[in-house]
Amino acid sequence: MPGDSLIYRLDPRVKFLITFYFIGIVFLANNVASYAFLMVFVLFAVLVSKVNFIFFIKGLRPMFWLILFTVVLQAFFTPSNHPIWHWSFLTLSKEGLVIATYIFMRFILIIFISTLLTLTTTPIEISDSIESILKPLRVIKFPVTQVALMLSIALRFVPLLIDETTKIMDAQRARGVDFGEGGLIKRIKAFVPILIPLFVSSFSIAYDLAIAMESRGYKDGQGRSKYRVLQWSMRDNWTIVFMAGVTIILLFLRSY
Amino acid sequence: MQIEFKHVTHSYESNNPMSGLGLADVSCTINSGKFTAIVGKTGSGKSTLVRHINALLKPTSGEILVGERKITSETNNKNLKPLRKNVGMVFQFPESQLFEDTVEKDIMFGPQNFGVPEKDAKEAAQEMIDVVGLGSEYLQKSPFDLSGGQMRRVAIAGVLASDPETIILDEPTAGLDPVGRKEIMDLFKEQQKNGKTIILITHNMDDVANYADEMMVMHDSQIVASGTPKAVFNDQELLDKNYLTLPQSAIFAQKLQAKNFHFDQLPITISELTTEIKQQIHGD
Ligand SMILES: Nc1ncnc2c1ncn2[C@@H]1O[C@H](COP(=O)(O)OP(=O)(O)OP(=O)(O)O)[C@@H](O)[C@H]1O
Ligand SMILES: [Mg+2]
Repeated sequence: MPGDSLIYRLDPRVKFLITFYFIGIVFLANNVASYAFLMVFVLFAVLVSKVNFIFFIKGLRPMFWLILFTVVLQAFFTPSNHPIWHWSFLTLSKEGLVIATYIFMRFILIIFISTLLTLTTTPIEISDSIESILKPLRVIKFPVTQVALMLSIALRFVPLLIDETTKIMDAQRARGVDFGEGGLIKRIKAFVPILIPLFVSSFSIAYDLAIAMESRGYKDGQGRSKYRVLQWSMRDNWTIVFMAGVTIILLFLRSY
Repeated sequence: MQIEFKHVTHSYESNNPMSGLGLADVSCTINSGKFTAIVGKTGSGKSTLVRHINALLKPTSGEILVGERKITSETNNKNLKPLRKNVGMVFQFPESQLFEDTVEKDIMFGPQNFGVPEKDAKEAAQEMIDVVGLGSEYLQKSPFDLSGGQMRRVAIAGVLASDPETIILDEPTAGLDPVGRKEIMDLFKEQQKNGKTIILITHNMDDVANYADEMMVMHDSQIVASGTPKAVFNDQELLDKNYLTLPQSAIFAQKLQAKNFHFDQLPITISELTTEIKQQIHGD
């Protein structure tokens, strides 16, 4: 999503690495104080990014059932000697509720931080940073540029395929296909008229793309210059220092 | 089957944080048995408008009446088959909907979904492959072995085979050769003569002039003009605002006006143009 703020302007490599680093340290949190601290950190990052908070709530929506399921499972199936409530194999206890709350917090933290990354960083920036981060692997003959190219093409294809799928679904609906009607077999069968045209058009798009690239003289291998150059600046250094600070406070709160 | 839009608004809401307005308070009537053309710039809302007629899209507010059937934001996704049987739709690049292993099966796919028995569907396929100008030798071929233009014809046959009362065409001739496009347009005109209502979205003003009884001009999600092609193309205000361009004959007539010809109303087809010119040359 387009926008402008400190977070947008950070080097995508820093954003990418910090997001993963953060997802890692979320698992270090072990008490109320440390979870609260991480939550404050994430909300602070959201605030600084100037992205409307509604988009983060929207980001939660697809994960809603998974979160609910996990939290309920933790709440009712944590064994305990002091149950508050007990019915056959279901046990509700203080420990269970605490663990469920922690799991819930983890989900929220991880989803918010990854939403922040995807909303403030274009897919192409992400694939550029992966390329740049993987560069050292060239030493062991890992085809970094090719992988990065594949990645950016794949990313570019996602919206294209979504578009194509809706188009084909509309066309088949107009011819009387009813998705989500009838038994399981019938429902699966209803997808054949979508999958086949989708495959056909993906292959033809891929073929066109290959021809277009070749006719513009694309050759894989070394020595390609870059149109988008990633630029490391002072604010990226400061962000890393800041993250180090966050880690130290977290470690302190953890043993507190 | 008359089609009536009453204050229909549609806003696209997708997972994408941005969302756009598709239709803004549109009201119009499309008469039964007529050939209606819809024109307008890219993104003006033409496709959005017609997708409401067979409930592929539902209005955010307002309602659409298709014959007896009413479509509102609350319309259920079930029981839409009778509506979709009556309203056939040929999409932009319809060849991307082909999937069966033979042309015949693909044409039969629509009718069979609408509950036509296999035998009758087969007959319909036989008939329609002729109507679209391919011989019955094509029936047993794979649709993927055909050229783009032939695929288009098969896809059109597939829609006609369900025998819909109303046929909606979203730029059906985009990317076809001139002869092919004329054949396909003639085919639709022929369908109109058989009693069907035709709704055509197009960017080709000559097709509008040559084939349509009525036209509607869309701009920024609204219908800004409607009437007979003759009346609409002679509306100077629309032309000044750049909402539409003229057919070739009218452009030619405008140039003749600079050379001392006079037209009360711009002719929009070649035959109108030639009669006018003949009259003025001999009348002098
Ligand atoms: N799936 C969608 N999601 C969001 N916005 C959309 C979607 N489809 C269309 N729109 C928006 O709705 C408006 C009308 O689009 P529509 O497809 O109806 O235009 P059109 O007149 O058919 O154009 P064209 O001549 O290019 O086919 C456009 O501004 C477009 O951006
Ligand atoms: Mg369109």
